Amino acid sequence: MSDSQVMTMLEAINHTLHQEMARDERVIVFGEDVGANGGVFRATEGLHEQFGSSRVVDTPLAEAVIAGTAVGLAASGMVPVPEIQFLGFSYQAFHQIAGQIARLRYRTRGRFEVPITIRSPFGGGVRTPELHSDSLEAQYANIPGLKIVLPASAADAKGLLATAIRDPDPVMFLEPLRGYRMIKDEVPLGEHLVPFGQARTVTEGSDVAVITWSYMVDVARRAAEELAAEGINARVIDLRTLVPLDVDAIVAAVEDCGRVVVVQEAPETNGFASEVIATINDNAFYSLEAPVQRVSGYDAPYPVGQLEDHYVPDVDRVMDAIRATAEVPT
Amino acid sequence: MSSLTDATDHPLDDQTLRAMMQAMVSSRVFSQRVFNLQRQGRAGTNAPVDGSEAILAGVSYALDPTQDWILPQYRELVGLERFGTDVLDRYVLYALGHPDGGHIPAPTRVWPPQISLATQVPHAVGLAWGMKQQGEDGCVLAFLGDGSTSEGDFYEACNFAAVLDAPVIVLVVNNGWAISTPVSTQTRAKNFAEKSHAFGMPGVTVDGTDPVAVHDAVSDARSRAVAGAGPTLIEATTYRLGPHTTADDPTRYVPADELAAARDPLVTFGVELAARGLWSEADEAETIATADARMETAVQAGEARAVSGEEIFEHVYAHPTPRLARQQAEFRARQGLDGARPQTRPGGAS
Ligand SMILES: Cc1ncc(C[n+]2csc(CCOP(=O)(O)OP(=O)(O)O)c2C)c(N)n1
Ligand SMILES: [Mg+2]
Repeated sequence: MSDSQVMTMLEAINHTLHQEMARDERVIVFGEDVGANGGVFRATEGLHEQFGSSRVVDTPLAEAVIAGTAVGLAASGMVPVPEIQFLGFSYQAFHQIAGQIARLRYRTRGRFEVPITIRSPFGGGVRTPELHSDSLEAQYANIPGLKIVLPASAADAKGLLATAIRDPDPVMFLEPLRGYRMIKDEVPLGEHLVPFGQARTVTEGSDVAVITWSYMVDVARRAAEELAAEGINARVIDLRTLVPLDVDAIVAAVEDCGRVVVVQEAPETNGFASEVIATINDNAFYSLEAPVQRVSGYDAPYPVGQLEDHYVPDVDRVMDAIRATAEVPT
Repeated sequence: MSSLTDATDHPLDDQTLRAMMQAMVSSRVFSQRVFNLQRQGRAGTNAPVDGSEAILAGVSYALDPTQDWILPQYRELVGLERFGTDVLDRYVLYALGHPDGGHIPAPTRVWPPQISLATQVPHAVGLAWGMKQQGEDGCVLAFLGDGSTSEGDFYEACNFAAVLDAPVIVLVVNNGWAISTPVSTQTRAKNFAEKSHAFGMPGVTVDGTDPVAVHDAVSDARSRAVAGAGPTLIEATTYRLGPHTTADDPTRYVPADELAAARDPLVTFGVELAARGLWSEADEAETIATADARMETAVQAGEARAVSGEEIFEHVYAHPTPRLARQQAEFRARQGLDGARPQTRPGGAS
């Protein structure tokens, strides 16, 4: 028996949910259509059959009560792994996630553990209806008490999800819709934990560092591969978790490359890229050889299908930003 | 037995009954066509109407398109032609992923599809409140599904509507399912109309496969609303005859016998009108042909309608912020729209 297997990100998530539910009977999965239907993307496929309807629970259609009951479940000693069907519908749960889940430990001065992992898909490029694609990681990263986790590979989806479920604090586990079936790689079949706050180097290079997360990692990797032919060696860094943030990896990349591009799918203003750039400013400013470039979505609501390819940062935009950064004279 | 056969002196004349049947048949044709467009890769995810046709006809013919507003969920736009032909044309654009799909032009009193479930109910209450405050005639009807009633927005909006005596009708389309979730998972209440008691407003359950029953319930609710007597909750029951959307596989969860036993409003109302000499197979064939042709025109026009990537930047604000204007200028330069520089790779979206 081989100890790893090529899986799509979706398969890796499903596989991990199976393992974590088998490992710890306190783990409870709930949300809209997660039961017999196995979730609208089949992320929870087979869980209902294996673990039954008391541990894999179809809820009424109400995100606020999904998030809100997670608080009580956690306080009771369970390990809630609720699903919000699409991150854009976490707006309906925002008062519970931001106002309650994130603060339970703090306001009870540690009386309650909050081992909640909210799984939710997001991100564009797949022609979904309105509000299904919005990138809201920066909104959540601005809420103290939450950990923000965004896998960009199938192996990381496993390792980070397992870590999230075992973590005593609430985690927003944000899954790239576009990567569900497109992202495919070797996933260890046994115990596999990826610690939070450790970025991953996706491509080696010392000319320009490209710092990004989630599906944009794939876009940046393709940009880096194309630019290698032009003699520009870009180091692509996948942050994996925004909170906690791997400041050391960012500093090391700036020190090695001197030139940095930050890529995010979310709108430019107040996106997490701004936080990365501020972190560089605080910790590695004197290693910079050029101003840091930012590639983002625009400051407009995520648009309809016919416009989305113009909105989501693509390989060309990332390549142009890398070239422009590389060309700045020292 | 339908409400039509009960009432010998029903106010709906033969011509209106036929028009309702035509609307029902047409809406299914329109919906099937949009569904197929998705299958051909020409349209995005969309939700077929099958099972809701009679509700849409009943609502359309009970309301006054010159005074009343309709705030749909997402399944209803193919059945509201009485409110204006642009409803369908814009819905086609919407399905094609064109930004103008969200803009149903004035004076048509229909809002575009709502994806964020139940959010339209507070909007409807606010619209009705504003109309009342400004002495306008008419009322507002909001559609929502059985599943959507579980959202807080539904409860908060109905509660406030009653407090305001707002001229609003909240119409719950109970088609048995919310994607794969059955009504028994949404509520332990006997029915959705019962929830009206908690709000302090009248509530009624009607057969949503009977357009006349729906018409009558909405007419009554409208009379109350415009007379200043406040909101009404209507539950129209039917069965979702198709998949949730183009992205769904209902064979995973819909019991085959339940589906087989479900009433098809097109069949039941067609038979009833035929018995009264008001509908024939020829009528049906002609209606389908007309609807097909109507749809062909709408799809051709929709697919021919130009779209510029720059529309991303329009209508974000009344006047763009300086930063948005800068982003738009950069976008224009990238696209070579100013004759500046061509795209690195034409159509190179990843
Ligand atoms: C706030 C929100 N949560 C979740 C969804 C995802 N979703 C889309 S349709 C749907 C089911 C809706 O069921 P119902 O209200 O009964 O309407 P129907 O589809 O049966 O017409 C769900 C869960 C959404 N669009 N909005
Ligand atoms: Mg329903």
